[in-house]
Amino acid sequence: MVEFRMPSLGADMEAGTLVEWLVKPGDQVKRGDVVAVVETQKGAIEIEVFETGRIEQILVDLNSKVPVGTPLARIRTGLERKAGVAVGPVPPPPRVAETPARALRAAPPPSQPATTTPAIVRVPGAGGRARASPAARRLAEMHSVDLATITGSGPSGAIIRADVEYRLVAAPASVETKRPTGLNLDAMRAAIAAAMARSKREIPHYYLEHQVDVTSCEQWLTRTNASRPPDERLLMAALAAKSVALAARRFTLFNGFYNDGKYQAASAVHLGIAIAIRGGGLAAPALHDVDQMPLDELMGRMRDLVQRTRAGRIRSSEMSDSTITVSSLGERGVEAVHGVIYPPQVALVGFGKVVARPWLVDGAIGPRSVVTMTLAADHRVSDGHAGALFLAEIGKLLQEPEKL
Amino acid sequence: MTAPAAMIELTYRDAMREAIRDALRRDKNAFLMGEDVGRYGGCYAVSKGLLAEFGPERIRDTPLSESGFTGAGIGAAMAGMRPIVELMTVNFSLLALDQILNTAATVRHMSGNQFGVPLVIRMATGAGRQLAAQHSHSLEGWYAHIPGIKVLAPATVEDARGMLWTALQDPDPVLIFENVMLYNMSANLAADAGAVDIDKAAVRRTGRDISLITYGGSLWKTLEAATALAAEGIDADVIDLRSLRPIDDATVMTSVRKTRRAVIVDEGWRSGSLSAEICTRIIEQAFWELDAPIGRVCSEEVPIPYPRHLEIAAIPQVPKIVAAAKTVLGRA
Amino acid sequence: MTIVTDKPRLSRRHALDLLKQMIRIRRFEDKCAELYTQEKIRGFLHLYDGEEAIAVGVIPVLEQRDRVVATYREHGHALVRGVPMTAALAEMYGKQEGCSRGRGGSMHLFDRATNFYGGNAIVGGGLPLAIGLALADHMRGDDIVTACFFGEGAVAEGEFHESLNLAALWTLPVLFVCENNLYAMGTALAISESETDIQRKAACYRIASEAVDGMDVVAIEAAARRAIHAVRESGKPYFLECRTYRLRAHSMFDAQLYRDKAEVEAWRHKEPIVRFKGWLEASHMIHPDDLARIEAEIDAEIAEAVTFAESGTWEPIEQLTRFTYADSPARDVS
Repeated sequence: MVEFRMPSLGADMEAGTLVEWLVKPGDQVKRGDVVAVVETQKGAIEIEVFETGRIEQILVDLNSKVPVGTPLARIRTGLERKAGVAVGPVPPPPRVAETPARALRAAPPPSQPATTTPAIVRVPGAGGRARASPAARRLAEMHSVDLATITGSGPSGAIIRADVEYRLVAAPASVETKRPTGLNLDAMRAAIAAAMARSKREIPHYYLEHQVDVTSCEQWLTRTNASRPPDERLLMAALAAKSVALAARRFTLFNGFYNDGKYQAASAVHLGIAIAIRGGGLAAPALHDVDQMPLDELMGRMRDLVQRTRAGRIRSSEMSDSTITVSSLGERGVEAVHGVIYPPQVALVGFGKVVARPWLVDGAIGPRSVVTMTLAADHRVSDGHAGALFLAEIGKLLQEPEKL
Repeated sequence: MTAPAAMIELTYRDAMREAIRDALRRDKNAFLMGEDVGRYGGCYAVSKGLLAEFGPERIRDTPLSESGFTGAGIGAAMAGMRPIVELMTVNFSLLALDQILNTAATVRHMSGNQFGVPLVIRMATGAGRQLAAQHSHSLEGWYAHIPGIKVLAPATVEDARGMLWTALQDPDPVLIFENVMLYNMSANLAADAGAVDIDKAAVRRTGRDISLITYGGSLWKTLEAATALAAEGIDADVIDLRSLRPIDDATVMTSVRKTRRAVIVDEGWRSGSLSAEICTRIIEQAFWELDAPIGRVCSEEVPIPYPRHLEIAAIPQVPKIVAAAKTVLGRA
Repeated sequence: MTIVTDKPRLSRRHALDLLKQMIRIRRFEDKCAELYTQEKIRGFLHLYDGEEAIAVGVIPVLEQRDRVVATYREHGHALVRGVPMTAALAEMYGKQEGCSRGRGGSMHLFDRATNFYGGNAIVGGGLPLAIGLALADHMRGDDIVTACFFGEGAVAEGEFHESLNLAALWTLPVLFVCENNLYAMGTALAISESETDIQRKAACYRIASEAVDGMDVVAIEAAARRAIHAVRESGKPYFLECRTYRLRAHSMFDAQLYRDKAEVEAWRHKEPIVRFKGWLEASHMIHPDDLARIEAEIDAEIAEAVTFAESGTWEPIEQLTRFTYADSPARDVS
């Protein structure tokens, strides 16, 4: 039994409508006989059968439009199906070993690079100039951002607009800017969103927590500040910053940049200070060489930084070169901060509020001032063991505030 | 060290004639075929005197049958001859477009590499002689669109002399476009100057501020513009493409990466022109190095008119090239 | 002036060979039609049913060194010329074992070994090509004839006139064979030519020309012998108009709205295979056994060709860019 199918009659024929049968079940047909008429976009075309036999059954009603290949009738041929003559829909390209072919079809040579050029050619920019899109450049220029400090996420590592937005996790206005001074919180929020999303997307964070007894810090601060006017008093934040910076100097896996699959430890410690801005903004400008900065100077600079940040007067260089960031949210009342790292940095140290806790000292339980310190770190660069040592070091440094 | 070759002064026309003569002497299968190439001496006098030297079989006058004799050139090439078909101008080549595109360009690929077409077709091109709309086209860009053929635009006397032989040796069809305004141009050339390559662009002038990319008849206007720009402190690279298919991307991009700015000068009409192709290639390959949008100086989108002042206004000119360069540099 | 008599030597062997060649084409075309309805062959398919006498009458008279240019309705010409049926069918399947590497399909059969220059799909486009091939032979003084087949539709194209003029003007050894089947696709000759006596047009270019009954393979062979001999001897072109009829539609996808079924039927009774077979039977040159044997041999050859094509392979996509130019490399175009 053989199926007679709707034939393909043309390159653009997809279906046909059977409008007339010229045979009925029981009729004998031979190869080449016209058995039906099909209406196509070009008109009515007679279709022929390629088998010899007897019409057994008509399968399709008149005036039905059917796709090419649909069985229209069954023909009883009484013959074995001829070997090798496939009937039916086109099989996918057969995976058969190549039959012996003519000499000119020798095994093709391995693919060679095209003589025409590929879409993107990776070439170092002449004179070491950053590869940045016009849109990125425009934004960077507007906000006095130094492109050389930005890591690009565009094709072949080029800097695209989103990369500049990310870097602008700060007030876009600055002394050099052409725009009117002031804060653009919308832009900042967008930049933060881009930055934080990227961080969580790309950096495998791990988190460690450590509770530090900072009673000696508090006592030292009280004593030191007693003889100082208010604007020269030291705060816990400065102690925290300094101890993190000193520890970061020793534990180089937490102070540097991860770019293009590689970690580069920074030669200096520029501490990013996370600063909240009224209205929902957030910035983390850097203080340079904090590990070498005397506490008084550090405090002064921190005050200045907070003030300027909140007023929207940050320099772009301050924005872009933190090697590690500290986020203190103690004033806000939270006990622990599980932060998000600012790429390309690889660590963020968080401090919660200082709380009075029952603590075991020399075998006896007594009240102590305790702060929960956290580390968010990039697991591509360091692991918990190193992180634990890092946090322990910070905790140790905080036990001797007079040495900071 | 050998003594420097003697220099001779000759015109672009003379150089092309010499190239044909040289080819016919060296290869007995080479012959020239086209309208008025024999007895008339060539519409642009390129083949003057060659009939007497080579005879009517090899300097073969044809009737006005562009399709017929271009197809004949294709068939003769397929059968082992090395014909040089001369289509009087690109304007008449349209009658042969079917043979060029549907036979010459397709045969090798379509026959599975059984037959190739080692044919050279030469044609005059360009505007500037007040020949009006039907005799002033620059369609090199159209032909450069077609895979299976090669397209050349010799702009110097040296290239007029040297490209033909290399083109004749090529196993595939090569079209050579000779801008009508260049035939009278004269230059000094080594007496023994010979074949040159047909796939590299040439840097005709070096500078750091902007890349001026062009071909054919527009080369000399572009060089003149570069001189004018230099007087204003703008130093230009001038790239002569020489080959329009394939385009020597490497030379173009090396220049653009250096200067970061480009203006393309193309006598075709702007829309869908060869200049559009080059712009796109620069964007694909040198985007990050660009400092400004790419400029173009092309023919105005009009049929080329007859009166001199309108014709001048219709095709690229030195002041337009200078202005375009300054615009790109932000110094308009 | 000697008159050359080129009477075909109509021995029984030769007669059976003529018949077999025509039936071979007919059955091959029939198989192509079937494969096309099954979408094994795609694109356009133009079949030669009814015109077999022309290819069979002319091409075997040519020598191996001669050249053949044909149109998109060229399966019959290719087969008679000696392009293997396997390679021809594989080509129509698009397999790389095809004679054009699968790249041309039905309309572009090329074969260097048999000097078969296509397979040209632009009506009239093959004529200038034939002129050029003949020009090369003329310039080298080689004794080679180029046979150029085309339909009467090409007569309207400028290239027809340019080519005939050049052939006569330059004394080129071209045999022009016009297969006048009365329809250029769907347009009847009577409504497209002011002068429908086509061989007269050739005569106007001072080319020796004649018309012959395209349904009579013996008459065509006789005319072809005269013509080819004349071309070889004189080096001048010759024009043979063969008056024939296309039994099938122009291509598969053609409702034939432009002609009467009755007309087709009438021609079916005088088509070349029916006629020749009838004549052979009447003159007792053929027995029923002969026919059965011929058909069995042909069917076996066709089955083998189908197997060959079915099991053929697709050219790898990286090879797409090869042979655009002589040196174009393979390339990943995915």
